[in-house]
Formats: sequence, C-alpha cells, structure tokens
Amino acid sequence: MGNSRIKWHIIVFLAPAVLVYTAIMIIPLFNTLRLSLFTEVDQERIYVGLQNFRTLFGDERWSASFWNALGNNFWFFIIHMLVQNPIGILLAAILSHPSLRFAAVYRTAIFIPTILSFVIVGFAWKLILSPIWGIAPDMMDAVGLGSLYQPWLGLEETSLTTLALISVWQFVGIPMMLIYAALLTIPDEILEAGECDGVTGLAAFWKIKLPLILPSIGIISILTFVGNFNAFDLIYAAQGALAGPNFSTDILGTFMYRTFFGFQLQLGDPYMGSAIASAMFAIILIGVCIYLFGIQTRMRRYQF
Amino acid sequence: MSIKKLGATLLATTILTGAASAQEVTLTIESWRNDDLLLWQDVIIPAFEAENPGINIEFTPSAPAEYNAVLNSKLDAGSAGDLITCRPFDASLALYDSGNLADLSDLDAMENFSSVAQSAWQTDDGSATFCVPMASVIHGFIYNADAFEEVGVEVPTTVDEFFAVLDAFEEDGGYIPLAMGTNDQWEAATMGYNNIGPNYWRGEEGRLALIAGEQSLTDEAWVAPYRQLARWGAYMGRGFEAQTYPDSQNLFTLGRAAIYPAGSWEITGFNGLAEFEMGAFRPPVQNAGDDCFISDHTDIAIGMNAATENAEEARIFLEWVGSEEFATIYANALPGFFSLSSFDVPMEDPLAQEFVSWRGECESSIRSTYQILSRGTPNLENDTWNASAQVIRGAETPEDAGARLQEGLASWYEPQQ
Repeated sequence: MGNSRIKWHIIVFLAPAVLVYTAIMIIPLFNTLRLSLFTEVDQERIYVGLQNFRTLFGDERWSASFWNALGNNFWFFIIHMLVQNPIGILLAAILSHPSLRFAAVYRTAIFIPTILSFVIVGFAWKLILSPIWGIAPDMMDAVGLGSLYQPWLGLEETSLTTLALISVWQFVGIPMMLIYAALLTIPDEILEAGECDGVTGLAAFWKIKLPLILPSIGIISILTFVGNFNAFDLIYAAQGALAGPNFSTDILGTFMYRTFFGFQLQLGDPYMGSAIASAMFAIILIGVCIYLFGIQTRMRRYQF
Repeated sequence: MSIKKLGATLLATTILTGAASAQEVTLTIESWRNDDLLLWQDVIIPAFEAENPGINIEFTPSAPAEYNAVLNSKLDAGSAGDLITCRPFDASLALYDSGNLADLSDLDAMENFSSVAQSAWQTDDGSATFCVPMASVIHGFIYNADAFEEVGVEVPTTVDEFFAVLDAFEEDGGYIPLAMGTNDQWEAATMGYNNIGPNYWRGEEGRLALIAGEQSLTDEAWVAPYRQLARWGAYMGRGFEAQTYPDSQNLFTLGRAAIYPAGSWEITGFNGLAEFEMGAFRPPVQNAGDDCFISDHTDIAIGMNAATENAEEARIFLEWVGSEEFATIYANALPGFFSLSSFDVPMEDPLAQEFVSWRGECESSIRSTYQILSRGTPNLENDTWNASAQVIRGAETPEDAGARLQEGLASWYEPQQ
C-alpha cells in the first residue's frame, strides 16, 4: 500500500478539465473525422472510405472552391502577419516607454475592439464603409480624396483585403498585450548594462528587447495562424454565407458552413462538410507542427 | 425520511405538470418570417386561440438566411417545434422524405387548394401533400408615384419604355433611378432575373421545357434577361456593389430612389415607412401587346413535425390555416402575401390589389430554379444569385453567365446532358 500509492490528488485536480475538454472538444473532433468517411444514400449512412476527399480534391468544381477558399485564407493570414503583428509590436514598444503619459488609456482603447462581438464589428464597419450612409465617403470628400472612395466591400479585388484589415483593427490588441507583457518582464539591469555599453534607444530595442520577446512573437504567430484558419464569423456577418462578391471572400470556414448546413435551396451535406472540416484540421495541425518542431525548438531562450 | 419526502414532492409536481399540459397544449411554430412576429402575436394567434381554448401557439422565427440550417439542426436534435413553416419544393420535400414532416393529404382543408397551389409541397408523383399552402408572392416593380409625376414620366409597359423612364430619372438627377445593390446577391436573382425573366421564357412553358431538357440556359430566352440585367447596373446608385438589401429598401422608402425591383412581400414594410404615394407596375414586355407573364411564386406553407407529441392539436391548427378565415386574416394582415386558397379573399391594400390584379391579365409562373433544378451540386439557385450579381456588376457577360450555368446544370441533371 505504501509503495504503490496512486497520486489521487493529481487525478482529482485534472478530472474536471479532462472531462469537459473530452466531452466538448475531443469527442466531437474525432466524430467529425469519422463522419467524413461516410455518405448518405437513401436515408442510410454508408461507409465510403476516402471517397469524400477524392471528390473534394478530384472533382473540378469542389476542388476549385476548396483551393479558392484556401488561397483566400492564406491571404487573410498574410495580411494579419504583415499588418496586425508588426503594429501590435510597435504599439507595445511605444506603450512600454517609461515617459509615455496616459499609457493605460491608450492600452484600453486599443484593446476594446477585441472584446466586441464579430457581428457588431462587421455591422459597424459595413455602415462606416457604406456608399450610402457611411461616413467614409464623406470624410474622404472632406479632405479632398472623395474620388478615391470605392465600395471596397462590394468589389472583388478589394473585399477580402478590406475584411482582413477590419479583423486586424479588431484584434491588434492581442499581440499588443502579449508583447507588452513580455517587454515588462525584461529586467532593467539588462537594459542598464546595455546603456553602459552604449546601446540605447532604437538600438536597444533591436539588439536587446526584440531577441528577448521573440518567443512571444512566435506564440502570437501561431495564435494568428490558428485563429485565421478557423475564421468564419466576420466574413459571415459582413458578407453572408455565399461570401460575395463572386466568392472572393470565401474562406474555409464559410465554405465548410455552406456545405455542412446547406444554403437557401442547397441542402446541407454533413459528410462533405466534415471532409472540409477534416481538411481544415489537417492544415492547422501541419502548420502548428511546423512551428512546434521546426521553429520553437530552435528558438533560444534566455534565463535572467 | 427526507429523501422519501423529496421523492414524493417530485412525483407530485410531475403529475401536476402532466395534468396541466393535458389541458393546455402549447404548439411552437418554426418560421423564417421574423418580420411577421408582431402580426402573429397580435392578430393571427389571438384569433385562433379565441376559438380554440386550451391550445396555445408560440411563433418562434429565426433569420431567413439561417432558417434552413437552423431547422435541420433542430430536427436532427429533436428540439424542433410542432409546426414547421415550409419552404417550397426540395427543401421541404427532403424533410418529408427523411420522415421529419407528416403526411397531411387527408386534411379536410386541403380541398380548399388547387393542385397548382399544392404542387410546391407534394411528392414528385403528387401522392402525398405535406404542407398546407399559405401564400404566394408576386414580383414586379414598386415605384415612387410622386417622383414619376415630378419628372413627368408614365408607367412603362415595354422594355424600351422602362429604360426611357430610367434615362429620364438619370437625366433629372434628383433620384437614383433603380434602388438595388449586388452586395447580398439574392436580389439580383430573385428581384432581377426571376422577375423579368418569365416574359422572355414565356412563364411555365419555358420553365417546364427547361426541366424536361428541351430548352437550355444558353438559349436566347434564358440569356436575354441577363442582357437586360447588364443594362441595370448603370442606373443603380453610386457604390451599388456594396449596397445591401436593407440599404435598397431604405433608399426607396426615404424617397431617394424612383423604382424598386420588388417582391410583393415588401408592401407591408413599405406602407409603414414611405411618406409618398407608391404604385406598382409589372415586369415590362419586349414589344407592346406581347403576352405577359409574371412570377407568382408559391412561397410559404406550413406543415407538421412528424415527431410532435401534440399531433391532434397541430392538425386542428392546420385545418384552421386552410380555412377562409385564416386566408382573410393573413392576406389583410400581410398585404403582399397572397392567399393560395380558392376562396375569393377581399383585400383592402391598393398596392396589393394592383399586384394581384396581374393574375387576371398575365399568366402566372414560379421561379425557374426552384423545382427539381436545384437538387444537385452545383446548386442552380445559388449559381443564379452569383451570375445575376456578376452580370449587373459587369464582371461577366450574359452569354458567359448562361454558358456557365448550363455547364453546371448539365454536370448533374440528366435531361440536360
């Protein structure tokens, strides 16, 4: 009894999280993967192996929709990486500057959109950019740029980028907060030691702070990746499930929704929908693995 | 002791609630008509409940675009309401085939509906009817009569006159000639293509020929409506590409636009908002004196969830839905939703009267994509939304749009192969 003591307290403490997570995440996940191997013929569910995936990647129409959605997803992600995260880092660097006044006010103001609902953000921006009631055309007119105004959300070339930038506006607070927290953990001694060696100002940021916050940037990148490839809400709220104009804002999330639940006269197909969901899962899994094994293990960590 | 007591109390309350529900049954209605919530609560439900004490009705609509998805999930989960508002054709047929909708062929009230009215909610062979038809909607154009007088134009009857009117408004500059946008896509197909189309494909004649595979979407009759739509874009407001459906409604009711490509379901909303006089004209024909065709679309019906526990009460309600009383209440409470029953229902709203008068002058047809043709993938209805919006935006030529739709249809629909 004494030697083979089971550490009950560990099991007890883990149980709630494990049970809840299993019930609402792990079981549905595996069920979705399983569902993608079936199809329905005459009200009966039959096993078809990888047939759904063959249709998804082999059929001309399905694969065209899939690659279009995937391409749009990558563009959505690239905009976030190139715009959201650098701006987040910049804002964090400015906010952590000791001589900045009202830092708390700015920090709160920039973070607030993050807690807004997608529906509100989508609706508000649709109104702002509306050619009829929007303030965007009037504001541009006021500064003499009226001729540059376009109905961005309605044009095939610009709608996806516009939505990506709206999403950036909403979520820029998250990288800002994470980097801000990372910057605050850098001990003053290191910066002071740097100063003694003549590294100050911008040089201090590039040579001391940036290497120290690189792990945080890595985490932010992977969060952005997962968030973007799971995105759905904003596109659905702003453009609807058909992701117009002409599917130019269709991402994997909206494609999956349309297929799974159906749309207007198109009936839902849970089996093809699950196949798309499984493909999304695989893409995200690969992305996360590349990060975990390819990048994170090589990152240098500093102990203070 | 205390456990026994608790058990007894629980048992007692169960019996009590059981007894209460035997007297009072609440039927829940699933619907996509969230615009009608007040009318159901204030007019329709009280009228029924007054005659049928003991049956309570609850109207629980969801958003139109999400209705089908929401309903299917609820049915799968067993949490759907007792009564289900039926979309026409395949969406409801699929529900019947999968055993979610009950067969209502033996309902007495079914006698009050013609076979055409029932056709949208029947099996392909017509052997079973599973929803009680409620209403159809008619397409046409609603116009700002004050603006027409101000600019000095007459109601157009031919396509040339129609564009002459649009040109007059364009020149006048005071009004946006045509209140429509392409952001939400469906207006382009529903109020555009399927509104003006029947005049080109001669209503039912062309629609049935398309289903039979005798005509194709690349035929002149099916491409010509796109050719007209391609000309519409120039008359729409600045930035129409991002103009949504509510934007268009507001533009028109605020008096900033002259003509609104409409479905008759707009009448209720517009009556409450517009402060100018409105009129309606039917889709213009190609040459003066041509036969005219209108889209008089069987749009809405109501059926019974096969899994309901209150089938008896639900059938009482459905019998009432098929009665003359309901037809009169519904048609007048919701002008623009025209009764499908064979009763001669008097209507008071002048706009609704105008719309319904076309039934006497023209031949009625339903939307071309709804029956059978949207069964496969790619879905012809969804593709038509996309193509109509593309053509109006000028991103695709009418011929390319027709060819693309035909190719998609032929890929799964045998009669077209």
